[in-house]
This record gives sequence, structure tokens and C-alpha cells, in this order.
Amino acid sequence: MQNRTIETGVGLFLLAGILALLLLALRVSGLSASTTNDSYKLYAYFDNIAGLTVRAKVTMAGVTIGKVTAIDLDRDSFTGRVTMEVQKKVNNLPSDSTASILTAGLLGEKYIGISVGGETTLLKEGSTIHDTQSALVLEDLIGKFLLNTVSKDAK
Amino acid sequence: MRKKSILERIGLFGRAAIDIVAVLGRSAIFLVHALLGRGGIGGGFQLLVKQLYSVGVMSLAIIVVSGVFIGMVLALQGFSILAKYGSEQAVGQMVALTLLRELGPVVTALLFAGRAGSALTAEIGNMKSTEQLSSLEMIGVDPLKYIVAPRLWAGFISLPLLAMIFSVVGIWGGSWVAVNWLGVYDGSFWANMQNSVSFTDDVINGVIKSVVFAFVVTWIAVFQGYDCEPTSEGISRATTKTVVYASLAVLGLDFILTALMFGDF
Repeated sequence: MQNRTIETGVGLFLLAGILALLLLALRVSGLSASTTNDSYKLYAYFDNIAGLTVRAKVTMAGVTIGKVTAIDLDRDSFTGRVTMEVQKKVNNLPSDSTASILTAGLLGEKYIGISVGGETTLLKEGSTIHDTQSALVLEDLIGKFLLNTVSKDAK
Repeated sequence: MRKKSILERIGLFGRAAIDIVAVLGRSAIFLVHALLGRGGIGGGFQLLVKQLYSVGVMSLAIIVVSGVFIGMVLALQGFSILAKYGSEQAVGQMVALTLLRELGPVVTALLFAGRAGSALTAEIGNMKSTEQLSSLEMIGVDPLKYIVAPRLWAGFISLPLLAMIFSVVGIWGGSWVAVNWLGVYDGSFWANMQNSVSFTDDVINGVIKSVVFAFVVTWIAVFQGYDCEPTSEGISRATTKTVVYASLAVLGLDFILTALMFGDF
């Protein structure tokens, strides 16, 4: 085979490999460089985060407006602290907005839903959402239900 | 045949163990000499390009075709299971994660061992049996440098690239089946995939896996060729050994790497 064709073939092969890595980075893993610039941080404390994970969606009215970036335990109040990054263009959230942990579908992933409050002051970079609703834990629900039936039977 | 005494049997067992250790040692010395010995690849860039062509470019067809079909099968199987739970949108992330984390690196390495590894062994084994290697040494040319090193480097470079191409093509095949054929909504297919695939955890770990596999498969293939008995049976035995050992090593290492990368300890 001609040397020229071999070189072109190898060049195309290397290009295809690099292109594949680029595609995997941008199209498949959704990597984008500017995530920190156009978003601001919010904190929320939950009694139980049950199954919420980092990179989970933060939504409002069903529209994704940000994502969860960190989850850790607050040592003083023994509650789970969730750090979220919300897009800068949604900068008009009232300070008494409610954050709740919701489930997509019956078995789907957990995400955070924010519902609007009525205050005129707004949430800023680094502020905390005080009004939170924890994840629905199926075991607690069943426990309550059982307790109810038992106390009804006792009457 | 005379019946062997117990002592003789134990002796044979010991000799087999010593043989295995000796082969391991020989192959390690061989690798170090080929990679580090006396200044890199002989003949420079030209030989490497030639080997990249025969090892990498020639394997492209089988990688692309199997990638498309594996992606399509994954989407089809995943869809029929996920549709039972009403979450067929998750088919995108299932296909992408399976390909990036496991099937991409592993299947590519297995195909590579069969397609390119066996060819490397047979080629070098044939050179040895026709005494081309010893005549090279006779005229003062180091065969490790001119024959072995370019092949090793070509394998190290091409397998990770092939694995990435495999994953991309597989994801494309999966999306074709899921979106165009089974009617999964296009937007949620890609959005779910992008939400759950992380670049460092999934893509980079997959690439690391395929780099490790490239190292092991090429090393086994080239060493088996170099170390084979210089007869036609010897070559055929060495070629079989290459495919068997390389496949076993890939599957075993895959478990260890997966446990280290995704096992959370």
C-alpha cells in the first residue's frame, strides 16, 4: 500500500478518536465549561433527604432551573443541608419560597421542587430556604397507616 | 507409561509453578526492554504510523459494526424492560452508562484481542520461526526496538481510541432504535443521558479502563509472538494463547477496576 494512504488513514483514525472523546464529553455527559458563572447558590435544610443525589434537578413549575451540587449533614441541627445552584435568570424567587423533595413517577429519581412564596424580599446568592418539606419515606407512611388502623381497632 | 510416584508428581507441580514465574519474569523484562531500552521506537515515527494503520485502522470496521449492533440491542432490551415500569425515557442513560462504563472498553478489548492481537502474535511468531529476528540481531539491529516497540505503542494508542469510537457509535445505534423506531421522546432521551452521565466518573473512568486493557492485551500478544516456539505448531499455539489469556485478563481486570472505580469503598 502507498505510504500516503497509510498516513491519511491513520490521521483520520486519530481524528475520529478525538472526535469521539469530544462527542462523549459534550453530547453524552453534557459537560459545559460555564456552569458557575450564570448561577447562584441557595441552601436548604431538610429533616430527611431520603434518596436525593448530587446532580439532581431543581425545578419550579416542572421546569428545570438548576441542580443540586452538594449534600451534607449539618452537625448542629442534625438535618441534611442541600446546596443548589439556580440559574441567574431566575433571580426573582421570593424569600419565603418552599423547597420540597419530590419523586418523578412512582419509582423515579428524587428532585427538588420550589414553589413560590409571597414576600417582596428576594433570595440572593448564599441565602437559605427556610420553609422545606422532606422526602416522603414509604416506610414512615406505612408505619403511620398501620398505627392508625391499630388505634381504630382499639376503639 | 510408568506410574509416577507422589514425590515426582509434587516435583512436576513445582516445576510448573517455576515455569509460570519464569514466563512472568521474562515477559516483564521483555516489556521494559522494548519500551525503555535504548532510546524509544526505532525507525521513529514512520514505523509507528505503519503499525497504527495495521493495528488500529484495520480494526475500525469490526469495532464500528459491533458497536452499532450492541447499542441497538441494548436499547431494544432496555426498552422492553423499562416500559413495564413506565420509565422508557431512562433508556438513554441505561445505554450510555452501560456502554461507557463496561461494554465499550471490555468488548472493544475482546474484539481487539481477536482481530489485532492474534495478528500481532502470528506476525512476530512467523518472523521468529523464519529467523528474521535473529538475522536482524546479527546485523546489529535491535528487534525489540524495530519490531516490538512500534507494535506495542500502536496497540496502546489505538485501543482507547477504538473504545471511544465504539461507545459513540453504540450510543448512536441505541438512540436510533429508541428514538426513531420505538418512539421514545428525543428530548428526554438525551436530557436523561446528560443528567446521569458524568464526564469524570463515567467517560474518563471508561477511558482509563481501556488504557489498562490496551496495555495488557498488546503486551500479551506481542510477548506470546516473541516467546513462541519457532515452529508452525508453536505459532498456532501462541496465537490461541494470546486470545485466551488476553480475554481472561481483560475480564478479570475489568472486575477489579470496576470494584475500584464504582464500588464505593
